[in-house]
Amino acid sequence: MLLPDRTGHFGEFGGKFVPETLMTALAELEEAYNKYKEDEDFQRELDYYLKEYAGRPTPLYFAERLTQRFGGAKIYLKREDLCHTGAHKINNTIGQVLLARRMGKTRIIAETGAGQHGVATATAAAMFGIPCQVYMGEEDVRRQSLNVFRMKLLGAEVIPVSSGSKTLKDAINEAIRDWVTNVETTHYVIGSVVGPHPYPMMVRDFQTVIGRETKEQILEKEGCLPDYIVACVGGGSNSIGIFYPFLETRVKLIGVEAAGLGLKTRRHGASLCEGTKGILHGSLSYVLQDQYGQIRPAHSISAGLDYPGVGPEHSYLKEKGLATYNAITDEEALEAFQLLSETEGILPALEPAHAIAYLKQLAPNLSEDEIIVVNLSGRGDKDVQVVAQALGIEV
Amino acid sequence: MSRIEERFTKLRGEGRGALIPYIMAGYPTLESSRRIIEALAKWGDIIEIGIPYSDPLADGATIQKASVVALSHGIKTPQVLEMIEDLRRVTDTPFVIMTYYNAIYKYGLDAFAKAVAGVGVDGVIIPDLPPEEAHPWRSAAEANSIDTIFLLAPTSTEDRIRKVASACRGFIYCVSLTGVTGAREALSITLPQFISRVRVLTDKPLAIGFGISSPEHAREVAKIADGVIIGSALIGLIDEAKDEREQIAKVTGFVRDILAALGK
Repeated sequence: MLLPDRTGHFGEFGGKFVPETLMTALAELEEAYNKYKEDEDFQRELDYYLKEYAGRPTPLYFAERLTQRFGGAKIYLKREDLCHTGAHKINNTIGQVLLARRMGKTRIIAETGAGQHGVATATAAAMFGIPCQVYMGEEDVRRQSLNVFRMKLLGAEVIPVSSGSKTLKDAINEAIRDWVTNVETTHYVIGSVVGPHPYPMMVRDFQTVIGRETKEQILEKEGCLPDYIVACVGGGSNSIGIFYPFLETRVKLIGVEAAGLGLKTRRHGASLCEGTKGILHGSLSYVLQDQYGQIRPAHSISAGLDYPGVGPEHSYLKEKGLATYNAITDEEALEAFQLLSETEGILPALEPAHAIAYLKQLAPNLSEDEIIVVNLSGRGDKDVQVVAQALGIEV
Repeated sequence: MSRIEERFTKLRGEGRGALIPYIMAGYPTLESSRRIIEALAKWGDIIEIGIPYSDPLADGATIQKASVVALSHGIKTPQVLEMIEDLRRVTDTPFVIMTYYNAIYKYGLDAFAKAVAGVGVDGVIIPDLPPEEAHPWRSAAEANSIDTIFLLAPTSTEDRIRKVASACRGFIYCVSLTGVTGAREALSITLPQFISRVRVLTDKPLAIGFGISSPEHAREVAKIADGVIIGSALIGLIDEAKDEREQIAKVTGFVRDILAALGK
């Protein structure tokens, strides 16, 4: 069955848990999206910008030295790090900004954690000449000053959020409050497969270009589908984007969450591995919370995985056994960051460094004729300072 | 008929609007909020009590801050229910709880409905639960004679007004403006138009909240609706006061002015 269902549910997950003020806007967004999804002119425009502007298709690269290092399965990397702005985020922001334009919206807002989605939204907004404001937790503004400046250069206004834990979850709350207030003129570009319906479906659809290309490329290179696909999961957009076209195949799908300082420390971002069912940012999914439903702050060395919830479709995939989920600590991710840099000359973002780290458990136990594809969802330039600090090196 | 509905029927007979003050439990402290509510119960027709929540996305800065303070005192659902149980011994003014759906979902819908009914709560307002997602909650609430109060907004279509009205018991919470909670200088100019759109589709009592900050606002609202809900403005007064005595004096003085404006 095609999911989500008509009411926006993936099994019991998903839905629309938002203030009444937004219900009509969500219905309009859903209607517009369903219309343009089938509209050839819209799809042609989207394909054009993905190719000519974002740099698609991205390569599927055989990582020969990394494969040798682990001495097991063949490892391919889907190079989303080569997209314009340095991560897969642009696939979604171009799609949503094109949609917002067709809906006649004159203002764009977004939330951002580390700043990658904020930069990707500011980029798309700049290209189409639409005013853009980005909500960012005060704590993240401090930690990611370079990305704040990048957004400003792109003409966006960055609004620091000082409520709650002053991080991504609070930036989303504040963006929703803005949307509640300015819903008639404004489109809210959510950066992951989270939020109320239709966002988890719409963002997934914009990101499945990753999986569709991967399928074509691996068939061309190997003449068969891979045995495993591995991707990191924060909100879960890069992972759902590469998983989705492989859902009804024999390919094993593995999501890797942030174990932070360790799953038993409560200082992590592993909603699927350690969370319980709850409602956050408009949908029912697995969340990190206490026994009275108060949301607990997440932790990860990677700002993109530092989120106490996860997209509802991942909760569904986990529950149905259609994908499995594991977690990698800050320390393991750091080690993988260095490993990929040294063996392949690629600095991965700290988010996909979690997926690379998982290879250590997976690849050596497989035979040489098995194939793993890792979604390298972003490049690591943005993380160089964080990595230096974690390694105790002054730059 | 629930106690809330009885209250509205009686007020309609008297020809005045209902006063519904909102207080966040645990703000500025649990004890102070209990005593403020006790004082307000003498004047208010229905008291709305907030359970603090970590991610109050329908609330503006004032109530957000109150949540953070209350949570920092360790005030969560059990402490609030205990406080309400104490208050129920000294007043029969109807109580409604306002909190976010996850606090109720995690507690367990049936367990929550049963627990709040057990301490004498009359209704529950959940600002992030539209009727489309509310079937399980409505059956739990109904089984425990808890009124389910849903919200309408100026952006609600005719279709949605019907849907929300039919899911509501007690009264319908009409959000005065397109936005979040918080004191405002002026009422939205489209408010009368919005309320008349609702009126033609339902005869359930309508209470207006969000941004109602002065007796003048209340007087305007009383002309078109059956009640006013005042929250952030009261928290503002609590913040201005130097001690609990002054908090109670300011808050009760203010609600008496509002009552006068409502036609008492």
